[in-house]
Amino acid sequence: MKRTGSQIFVESLKAEGVDTIFCYPGGATLNITDALTDISNIRQIVVRHEQGAVHAADGYARALGRPGVALVTSGPGATNTVTGIATACMDSIPIVVFSCQVNTMLIGNDAFQEADIVGITRPCTKHSYLVRDVKDLARIIKEAFHIASSGRPGPVLVDIPKDVSSAVCDFKYPEKVHIRSYQPTYVGHQGQIKKAMRLILHSKRPVLYTGGGVVLSNASQELTRFAEALSIPVTNTLMGLGGIPGNHPLFLGMLGMHGTYAANMAITESDLIIAMGARFDDRATGKTDEFAPHAKIIHVDIDPTSISKNIKVDIPIVGDTRNVLTQMLKIIDEDKETYRQHHKNVAEWTGKITRWKKDYPLTYQKNKELKPQYVIERVFGLTKGKAIITTEVGQNQMWTAQFFKFLKPRTCLTSGGLGTMGYGFPAAIGAQAAFPKSLVIDIAGDGSIQMNIQELATAVQYNLPVKVIILNNGFLGMVRQWQELFYEKRYTWTHLHSPDFVKVAEAYGAVGLRIEKESEVDKILKEAFRNNRPTFVDVHVSPKECVYPMVPAGASLKEMLLV
Amino acid sequence: MKHTISLLVENEFGVLSRIAGLFSGRGFNIESLCVAESLDPTISTMTIVTTGNDAILEQILKQLNKLINVIKVVDFKDIEYVSREMVLVKVNAEEKTRAEILRIVEIFRGKIVDVSSKTYTVMITGDEDKLSAFINLIRPLGIKELVRTGPIAMARGERMLKIKETENKGGEEDG
Ligand SMILES: Cc1ncc(C[n+]2csc(CCOP(=O)(O)OP(=O)(O)O)c2C)c(N)n1
Ligand SMILES: [Mg+2]
Repeated sequence: MKRTGSQIFVESLKAEGVDTIFCYPGGATLNITDALTDISNIRQIVVRHEQGAVHAADGYARALGRPGVALVTSGPGATNTVTGIATACMDSIPIVVFSCQVNTMLIGNDAFQEADIVGITRPCTKHSYLVRDVKDLARIIKEAFHIASSGRPGPVLVDIPKDVSSAVCDFKYPEKVHIRSYQPTYVGHQGQIKKAMRLILHSKRPVLYTGGGVVLSNASQELTRFAEALSIPVTNTLMGLGGIPGNHPLFLGMLGMHGTYAANMAITESDLIIAMGARFDDRATGKTDEFAPHAKIIHVDIDPTSISKNIKVDIPIVGDTRNVLTQMLKIIDEDKETYRQHHKNVAEWTGKITRWKKDYPLTYQKNKELKPQYVIERVFGLTKGKAIITTEVGQNQMWTAQFFKFLKPRTCLTSGGLGTMGYGFPAAIGAQAAFPKSLVIDIAGDGSIQMNIQELATAVQYNLPVKVIILNNGFLGMVRQWQELFYEKRYTWTHLHSPDFVKVAEAYGAVGLRIEKESEVDKILKEAFRNNRPTFVDVHVSPKECVYPMVPAGASLKEMLLV
Repeated sequence: MKHTISLLVENEFGVLSRIAGLFSGRGFNIESLCVAESLDPTISTMTIVTTGNDAILEQILKQLNKLINVIKVVDFKDIEYVSREMVLVKVNAEEKTRAEILRIVEIFRGKIVDVSSKTYTVMITGDEDKLSAFINLIRPLGIKELVRTGPIAMARGERMLKIKETENKGGEEDG
């Protein structure tokens, strides 16, 4: 059947099961925009800035586990997506970004609104395409979704020139993808797995160090079973939160720069680190020379480049974490008694860890001021953990990671790798679009929220009732914290003058609420969670609170500054 | 340490820039890079000479493999291989040096590929050492211009750089 490029685009999205796109129009999108008229089974959420579209697609993907889609125009529309794409790339999030491009004939001529977006995004995409012939469009879209969501997921960009979207050709959506140069390894090498299991049986102080890979591969049940079967304590990276319930007795909390005392000490004294779907990022490891100095390391990851990149590994296992955990659980199930015996070997260790957890819990100084940590504790308490939480970047993000006990995977949506301020709000919009009935909360800072505050108009227009809790400390708090600790309290550039967020919310047609005292917290939060409208809660928290524990940059994990 | 790497890549628009971008973005060195269509016109062969310690080399190989358009990567570290490059040298050819140039070219089994009243353009092929030896000998006679291709490489014997249809390029072998 003959179809225009734009119709092929629409049909291909339907064939991929896309139900929502985040988009923004321009001259180059017009053919496609027009073809989407009256296409009611693809919800089209028009954002207010293309960065917002990409973060929303990313939030949708993280919450749902299916690729998110953004569609933007050429030139500035395309360049506005770069931060969003880089954010998704660092955190391995499956999104497909369609950018429209000037006519094929004009490419390279510095045409109006031309940007070499394939070139600009090359280092921050998993793969990218410039569609030069309408005949390739369907195949490319098929490949783009496949590449984005398979192996180690990531963003794929597809650049569609305007003449390609109007050209006509036969259309049949390909059923299968075959890319001879792309075949990720899903199943772990059985020999390596057996070696790993032997090492585990011989360990006395094992620790599971798990990251976003566990969440991405939907392996949290397997991880929890595995940890329980062997009585191995678990620490998560920021990206791994929710991979094991945050209230599980074997859970140590997050490790790294703002990790818990128990997690960082466990790593330091461990004799065996079992890393799963984590990549030994410097924020997690601290000084690499002194990371787990007594431990052998087993590393399970689907991406071979992550293995032995920062830290030399003893047993590499390339594979999907869920598959590998399943393979490991099978070995355990075949020899239950031996593995149960292992609990005795590690009893002394788990005892020590329990004491660390008790003696050095996450805490903060409670006084008359309204503490941001308290607010997050109450958000957890009132929601009982049943919410999708996004964060911005800075102290707000770290306190959320520490004090919200993520009970389930895909409920902690945060820019871990790139640390993108302005991520949380549009990501919350995306997550809300994926789960219209869920409570979706962005825990924000007064600085970060201003980086994509325009999306409040989107939330209002599409009736996406996200809640934004602004931990308003009057500072770019995390940077101020570094200045306090390492730059003799010279708060250059970090003091913020913000607008009245309640009035801002109201001006957009959303609900604005304010909290100034501890006694108001529960009442106002309940009010915010109860109403069915987008809501800003401006919480005036104590201005100079710091995030602790803190491992100074470049120090080893055991050198923590405590409260 | 110098390493020679061979790659099979899709013969497609933009692939070279992905590879060059990978090296520059991750701070890897490229000493030379040769690329042209292979026996199969849908595939190009690339030979890259790079430097770095074992850990860096391991990352380079893994990162190259990770690129979607890269079909196969071979590092010649533990493989017997032949490697050849070509150099074109334009030398001063005066009355009194011409005979000397011809003699050196002959010893190196080179060819004079162009002549003018004042210059010879010489072509030599061989491995790196041979080319360097030649250049050192000819230098005192006055080199006006020099262009080298950088090496291309191939495994010795029956061994071949080819793709298996079920190639599993990501797999970590038994460690
Ligand atoms: C786009 C972007 N620019 C700059 C930074 C550097 N940065 C990291 S945290 C931070 C302060 C964030 O302030 P705020 O949103 O108020 O959060 P707080 O730390 O006060 O909770 C800044 C500027 C960043 N992460 N992202
Ligand atoms: Mg702040």
